[in-house]
Amino acid sequence: MSTSVAQANRVLLRRLSLLALAMFGFGFALVPLYDVLCDITGLNRGDIQALARNTQVDYSRPVRVDLVASVPQGVPMRLTAPSRPVTAHPGELVQTEFVLENLSDRPLIAQAIPSYDPPLMAKYFKKIECFCFREQRLAPGERRTMPLMFVLDQAMPAGLPTIAMAYTMYESPSAPKR
Amino acid sequence: MQAHALEHEHGHGAPSGLMRWVTTTNHKDIGTLYLWFAAVMFLLAGSMAMAIRAELFQPGLQLVSPDFFNQLTTLHGLIMVFGVIMPAMTGFANWQVPLMIGAPDMAFPRMNNWSFWILPAAAILLVISLFLPGGAAAAGWTLYPPLFIQGGISYDLTIFAIHILGASSIMGSLNIITTILNMRAPGMTLMKMPLFVWTWLITAFLLIAVMPVLAGAVTMLLTDRNFDTHFFNAAGGGDPVLFQHVFWFFGHPEVYILILPAFGIVSQIIPTFARKPLFGYASMVYATASIAILSFLVWAHHMFTVGMPAVGQLYFMYATMLIAVPTGVKVFNWVATMWRGSLTFETPMLFAIAFVALFTIGGFTGLVLAMAPVDIQLHDTYYVVAHFHYVLVSGALFAIYAGVYYWLPKWTGHMYNETLGKWHFWLSMISFNVLFFPQHFLGLAGMPRRIPDYAVQFTEFNMISSIGGFVFGASQILMLIVVLQCIRGGRKAEAKPWEGAQGLEWTVPSPAPYHTFETPPVVK
Repeated sequence: MSTSVAQANRVLLRRLSLLALAMFGFGFALVPLYDVLCDITGLNRGDIQALARNTQVDYSRPVRVDLVASVPQGVPMRLTAPSRPVTAHPGELVQTEFVLENLSDRPLIAQAIPSYDPPLMAKYFKKIECFCFREQRLAPGERRTMPLMFVLDQAMPAGLPTIAMAYTMYESPSAPKR
Repeated sequence: MQAHALEHEHGHGAPSGLMRWVTTTNHKDIGTLYLWFAAVMFLLAGSMAMAIRAELFQPGLQLVSPDFFNQLTTLHGLIMVFGVIMPAMTGFANWQVPLMIGAPDMAFPRMNNWSFWILPAAAILLVISLFLPGGAAAAGWTLYPPLFIQGGISYDLTIFAIHILGASSIMGSLNIITTILNMRAPGMTLMKMPLFVWTWLITAFLLIAVMPVLAGAVTMLLTDRNFDTHFFNAAGGGDPVLFQHVFWFFGHPEVYILILPAFGIVSQIIPTFARKPLFGYASMVYATASIAILSFLVWAHHMFTVGMPAVGQLYFMYATMLIAVPTGVKVFNWVATMWRGSLTFETPMLFAIAFVALFTIGGFTGLVLAMAPVDIQLHDTYYVVAHFHYVLVSGALFAIYAGVYYWLPKWTGHMYNETLGKWHFWLSMISFNVLFFPQHFLGLAGMPRRIPDYAVQFTEFNMISSIGGFVFGASQILMLIVVLQCIRGGRKAEAKPWEGAQGLEWTVPSPAPYHTFETPPVVK
């Protein structure tokens, strides 16, 4: 191979390698590019796909939901409910937060148990995400903000302008074993 | 002075022993290595297909667990695409491109050695992943998250294997493009290049454009799995559908990477045995380039069911159908080349004609699947399986067979056994159709792919398909015998063993000497 061909080969190799590198970058650039495309066209935006828009919301029926939190005597925890009552329409996705604190200097395992007033609301109170689904393991002194997402079933009986749900945070019976 | 040193060193023939193959920088040696690697991987992935067909011989679970079945389908697909068809085509390029354009070797011989020798590492990663806890990757060759993100260690090994395979393809492509663009013999203008060289030039550009995108996509999978990124994890604000978009941006050009060199091989063989020049050479070149460009614009037809707006479905449907035009030009030209030719039907020609007929069937089912409303019904059914096996087995693989029989005399210096070759052809051709044609009916009736069990009404067609599969698998052993026989001996091949063959590769003796065209030939 003559020197001039070898030189031309090296130049072409460099250019083609740069092309390959650029295409590797383009693969990653596709991530924001798709986001931009979706923004421009309004496709595939998260809120459109969320449950709230997929359900028919009955805006004619505002329901006041009082959220209450308590801890049995002697358990070194504090559970704080949202300070204001939540207004929910049947079918609407509602999101709120509770705060749990470990007041002791030892790790705690806690489990929240709900109760409803009137009790028949247990049937219509659909939780999508709740801290009561699993045990909460707290380090000494830990403070944790925990989500609650729920939908009031459209089938809930009329004539209930106010309902209440109370969480009691117990120390989990499985705790001593661990 | 470097050129002088090379000439001096290369004054003798091939060195001997194992190290010849490990250290070789000779394009013919490396082509041979690629082809044997593809053959070994073909037997491996083929035996996986046999296990799949054995399990599907009757309904219920008999031989393998559902999870192992998923591993088999995943590895079968990955190995056949990346370990068989692509290396085999690169093997052809290594052997034939320098011979066809009158170059002494590839442009970067040492890089050529590397691009082959990292392949076995990728193969070993894929194979040992079978023996790790949880078994090999079982999420399908398309690697879709969220499933792919949830697997064990073997999924990471699969990602590394794909990185290596991609690096190998990119290095091979850099070499092929540079060789073709810079090292043609004097007088060999671009529009005088044999069509096989043209198709490989375009394929190599496709590879450089899309293999890095695949590398990026699997890197994102890797970081999602191990480093808490959320490219595809919906819980972290990512989107699993994004992976499908990135993957198929690679994946659709990839299917043309697999088939364009096959077009090239067939375009060499049909004129030879029709004893006529290729009909419409220039239109063949332009059609190949159009297919390559269109392949970047149609990726989402693989994902009509993800919930695309109607406008998107319509665009991808029509754009996909547009590809039928250049493909139709090619099929027309092959048929027109044969029209009123002095045809003879040696084994390479038989495989080439079967390619034209069966690939066209695969193309037509592709058009059926391009229709969005139909595709939504047929998505992930055996109809899709039948479609892509018609284009990849009777398309790419049959073209590889045709090319092996066609150039074997040049490579080995011996004629292969024509009788056995014809047996191999007819057994493969018939059993292939027995194997895959019923799968169209299964798909239309709603049998889903990638499932080890099926409803009892699908039993008969599955049994027929499995029997075809076993015969097809066994027939390929016959080819191995023909090739081994041909290497060991047989009737001496002339420099131009085929009467109607054209091109520079037939001007050198058979077998082709270790070094050819050290003084470039002059093309008129």
